[in-house]
Amino acid sequence: MLDESYYRKTDEIIARYVRDARSLIPIMQDIQAEYRYLPGELLTYVAEQIGITEAKAYSVATFYENFSFEAKGKYIIKVCDGTACHVKKSIPVLQALNKKLGLSGKKHTTDDMLFTVETVSCLGACGLAPTMMVNEDVYPRMTPEAAEALIDQLKGGADA
Amino acid sequence: MIENIEALDKVREAAAQVLAGTDCRILVCSGTGCIATGSEKIYEKFVEICKDAPGITLEFSACGGHDGEKSVGVKHTGCQGICELGPLVRIQKGAVSVQYTKVQLSDCEEIFNQSVLGDGVVDRLLYTQNGESYVHPEDIPFLAKQTRIVLENCGKFDAESLEEYLVSGGFKALERAMTEMTPDQVIDEVDKSGLRGRGGGGFPAGRKWKQVARQKETCRYVVCNGDEGDPGAFMDGSVMEGDPFKLIEGMMIAAYAVKAEHGYIYVRAEYPNSVRRLRNAIAQLEEHGLLGDNIMGTGFNFHMHINRGAGAFVCGEGSALTASIEGSRGMPRVKPPRTVEKGLWEKPTVLNNVETYANVPKIILQGADWFRSIGTAGSPGCKTFSLTGSIQNTGLIEVPMGTTLREIIFDIGGGLKSGGKFKAVQIGGPSGGCLVEKHLDEPLDFDSVKKFDAIVGSGGLVVMDEHTCMVEVARFFMSFTQRESCGKCIPCREGTKRMLEILERIVDGKGELEDLDKLEELATMIRTMALCGLGKSAPLPVLSTLKVFKDEYIEHIVDKKCRAHVCSAMRKYVIDPNKCIGCSKCSRNCPVGAISGKIKAAHTIDPATCIKCNACRENCAFDAIYIEG
Repeated sequence: MLDESYYRKTDEIIARYVRDARSLIPIMQDIQAEYRYLPGELLTYVAEQIGITEAKAYSVATFYENFSFEAKGKYIIKVCDGTACHVKKSIPVLQALNKKLGLSGKKHTTDDMLFTVETVSCLGACGLAPTMMVNEDVYPRMTPEAAEALIDQLKGGADA
Repeated sequence: MIENIEALDKVREAAAQVLAGTDCRILVCSGTGCIATGSEKIYEKFVEICKDAPGITLEFSACGGHDGEKSVGVKHTGCQGICELGPLVRIQKGAVSVQYTKVQLSDCEEIFNQSVLGDGVVDRLLYTQNGESYVHPEDIPFLAKQTRIVLENCGKFDAESLEEYLVSGGFKALERAMTEMTPDQVIDEVDKSGLRGRGGGGFPAGRKWKQVARQKETCRYVVCNGDEGDPGAFMDGSVMEGDPFKLIEGMMIAAYAVKAEHGYIYVRAEYPNSVRRLRNAIAQLEEHGLLGDNIMGTGFNFHMHINRGAGAFVCGEGSALTASIEGSRGMPRVKPPRTVEKGLWEKPTVLNNVETYANVPKIILQGADWFRSIGTAGSPGCKTFSLTGSIQNTGLIEVPMGTTLREIIFDIGGGLKSGGKFKAVQIGGPSGGCLVEKHLDEPLDFDSVKKFDAIVGSGGLVVMDEHTCMVEVARFFMSFTQRESCGKCIPCREGTKRMLEILERIVDGKGELEDLDKLEELATMIRTMALCGLGKSAPLPVLSTLKVFKDEYIEHIVDKKCRAHVCSAMRKYVIDPNKCIGCSKCSRNCPVGAISGKIKAAHTIDPATCIKCNACRENCAFDAIYIEG
């Protein structure tokens, strides 16, 4: 059972929008922005509040890649594997990050909930390929070494 | 609140006066690329320097005044184009600008003293090409050879200021449409201009508008597709963040023409910067009464909404996009009825992409004939491209339709990076194909490119050199479309999966010659039977590489060789006995025990055991391990 505060926060979010189906995606986006994932209980709650079926809410939430029912790390790293980044060797960057953090194609989030590593199809900064994004900041011209150094730097920041 | 058109003109004049009184403007590029290289800190640094400098008034908005002191404005601009060399800064005095590249925090003071206070330049930060330095942006070959319509304002003024947009002539087109033209005349003008949809399809925009305008249903919508999902494309993102007012003006003209009262912009989730700038623009327009009810007393009502995507490539398809705005799964539906008849909420809908709308204001202002004088007969106007990959000058460009690839890649792009050899250019993203050497001199427009099994698409150009494996590129695109398939129709859902499996086999060194026939058969099937445009075009990258680079496929299958040394399964790791000193570091790091040898004697790798993980090569301090084949 989620803490009551989650529901209160969700009420606040719902209040920003019209109560019908069109608001489902923006509401889920705001919830996810708040908690870094979409708690299943809240999805059920939202469906009830905006007057759609739970099945519909789940069908939408599972369709879009951005929604996650699992908690993500404090730093969500999206390694760009768009065409430009791919031909400029983005995969070695991804491999270096996974290796450094003990992650794999199946395990995306570190046990200490600090890092989540994903790939993304394009960040729109192709001129500076290969790139990656940490939360909302884009990092240009990545190399495996630079990616590893950034992890150390972020870890340092997290301890402080 | 701007209550009528005279009031709009007054605001424009007042803003122009203030701007004319500014002695110098520091234009900091705030495109996604430059922000990534740290331009925001550069912006803050300049603000700080200006604040501390005696005799300087810092202008935050175009409406500020100054009392006899020198006034300096520090501005966020849209993409200045040469993303490769960011952070980019322009110092603008009157009509003269100096372009600086790769500006670091430590350079700001010097730039300020030399170019803002004085009239000098900091030579080491200028753009250089072939040993020559360029002071003014308009002289840089990369920019000089472009024609900028949609990107006209990008980099020239504050992308967040309505006043500056007005001074540049913003909203004059809307004004003209509303005061001098009937909605039908607006549509006729766009139709006559021959403007074709810039999102990839190339469908005539005017015809689309006409179809919406003649529907019996009077509730209509205007929707902008800003879900630029093609990997390797960032033109639309650059327009949304670089000139948001122009996009909105284009949509407002469309709304006036088809009598719509609500407009929606669907923006990719990965473009937070675009969302921020658009929201800022909409808020300013609402505040000034340029969006809302009874705009400038003309009786025209228009409201803008922004929808953020949630990470589904298929939402770039029209009916999937409208489904997503409605709050459903973004899955395409069977057509007809088309979006112009039953689009958003089953109402007639004009759905164009960002670049298409951004072309509209200038067409209304300068006329269809002017637009037709640019580009080719069948594809008038200009097209933006994002130039990326193994090319000297990566960045955002705009050229007339009909420009050749050679001009784009070699004259504007400066040729291949680090002397690489041109192999191919991928055009049109996952729905497109590859063009090669023999296509370099073909004029590029919607129709010509189709003849070579590619499409202009949204305009991503990824240049590839000899270090790119074309089979692997085909696998890359297929893995993308397979992952992004919405799963509604079987040809796309199952077909792309099977094609991907075959391609994976080939790059893994396990392909057979008959696989090539199977690939073609599947490709043809998907091309003819998939439900939506994205599905239908999903096999194009494979078909196009199969046609032009069949020898590479055969090499992978028969000779088990990847000439670009990309496919790891075909690599053979070898230790050079002349370089190896027998330190045994490689054998200790080999995860599968494939390396043997005596201490202080040259080691060897057993190719049958080796998994090609590259651990040995990474760890060798003597550079003794190389890849063969």
